[in-house]
Amino acid sequence: MKTLVWVEHDGSAVKDATLAAVTAASKLGEVHLLVAGEGVGGVASAAAQIAGVQKVHVADNAAFGHNLPENIAPLVAELMASHDAFVAPATTTGKNIAPRVAALLDVMQISEILSVEGPKTFTRPIYAGNAIATVESLDAKLVLTVRGTAFEKAAATGGSGTVEAVSAGGDAGISSFVGAEIAKQDRPELTSAKIIVSGGRALGSSEKYQEVIVPLADKLGAALGASRAAVDAGYVPNDYQVGQTGKIVAPEVYFAIGISGAIQHLAGMKDSKTIVAINKDEDAPIFQVADLGLVADLFSAVPELTGKI
Amino acid sequence: MKILVPVKRVLDYNVKPRVKADGTGVDLANVKMSMNPFDEIGVEEAIRLKEKGVATEIVAVSVGPAKAQETLRTALAMGADRAILVQTDDEVEPLALAKIFKAIADAEQPGLVILGKQAIDGDNNQTGQMLAALTGWAQGTFASAVNVEGDHVSVTREVDGGLETVKLKLPAIVTTDLRLNEPRYASLPNIMKAKSKPLDTKTPADYGVDTAPRVKTVKVSEPPVRSAGVKVADVDELVAKLKAMGVHA
Repeated sequence: MKTLVWVEHDGSAVKDATLAAVTAASKLGEVHLLVAGEGVGGVASAAAQIAGVQKVHVADNAAFGHNLPENIAPLVAELMASHDAFVAPATTTGKNIAPRVAALLDVMQISEILSVEGPKTFTRPIYAGNAIATVESLDAKLVLTVRGTAFEKAAATGGSGTVEAVSAGGDAGISSFVGAEIAKQDRPELTSAKIIVSGGRALGSSEKYQEVIVPLADKLGAALGASRAAVDAGYVPNDYQVGQTGKIVAPEVYFAIGISGAIQHLAGMKDSKTIVAINKDEDAPIFQVADLGLVADLFSAVPELTGKI
Repeated sequence: MKILVPVKRVLDYNVKPRVKADGTGVDLANVKMSMNPFDEIGVEEAIRLKEKGVATEIVAVSVGPAKAQETLRTALAMGADRAILVQTDDEVEPLALAKIFKAIADAEQPGLVILGKQAIDGDNNQTGQMLAALTGWAQGTFASAVNVEGDHVSVTREVDGGLETVKLKLPAIVTTDLRLNEPRYASLPNIMKAKSKPLDTKTPADYGVDTAPRVKTVKVSEPPVRSAGVKVADVDELVAKLKAMGVHA
């Protein structure tokens, strides 16, 4: 089986999520990559180095510059004439593009796969991760998105794929990119961080988040996260949100501070290796999944922890 | 313009799903069902566009069993003008749903279709994008702001690193993210009024759509259970345990 993997990149480097998608794709067969964008020669040569990659298709065109699905989906659909599966990381970009490709190919997509069980059989979470479905595609071609935290990342080097230019596609003329506000962070990206320190509603304010959560994260070199309640209350920006409707993370250590542990939040972090919960309510559901739980007032316990660790 | 708002009846988001012992699915007998939360946001956004004078009519659509009528009545009570129930007891996958919505869009000629970004049962996050592909319209997924300006709509989208804004030619497809708006509650008088608003009942066959599944569910199982952890007495014990695990500054 020949798979085509969507390479997510920032114009200069391949993003980590792609490496997990490559691992999933390699379980299906021959791995080809698609690098689309404007001025992406550098990304393509980096992508060719990923272990296990046989070929990199490069679509260099201004129309592909901002991942507009109206322009990219027809390009992918055309390339799929010579591939059996399209695999994208389950990032906001992958989730935006892949279903449009699937419908153009008249196949059902299988979203956020957790494992490859057979040539057309996969597992995936449903109901916010409260159930795991094993599903088999009956379609001729596969379209999959891959949950990044469920697969090891392929090595970024050691491969020797050939690079080939693609001339297909262009601007469909129905959408354009206006601008972006990307939150600047000097710390690790949430979805790939080894340690995450997350704060919830119990913090009470944006100032307290800065005062209590940030120093612990700084000390541990951790990424910052939050529950939906903390985001909705305006303590932190939206992209900090961990959960069914936010980001899905699985770090080595996840600190849930002042987070009760609603099922929508657990859906985003319960695959973390170690969960540490600090909450003053000893009946909070978070303690049912926490490996280490401390029943204490976070305003005194967290600064003490930051000082002693 | 007319706005089409697909809504889905799902297990209420506060209910903890129980996997059936025979592994065939999640037990939906005698549990509370409600409108998918992202769809409520879609209905709300359509109503706000009507209140601003942008939209002239809001048509709510649902594909599902007879009881999905309740979900449509909720949309009507919130402020939708009329509803279409495409009745079927089969589970309909996003691709077939998108085909039904495409047929309805062909008939109704909406200027905008607003869907939820995902349904909280299947967690697929596909239908809106698929509908956009089938209609050939532009898509603004995971929207946190929607502004109709003449013959196009500008959509601010929640993406992994932050926000981005795209400008789409109308007609277009929008899928809602949580922060687009705060849906209103239907008042009692509006719930009463909704009972007399028009609701057409159709079937997938009326639209010539085959709903046979393309993905077979082999089994549904419980997720792995985490082994019970320990509660530590104080910060010192927590620090010691963390250091033993190799976590330190």
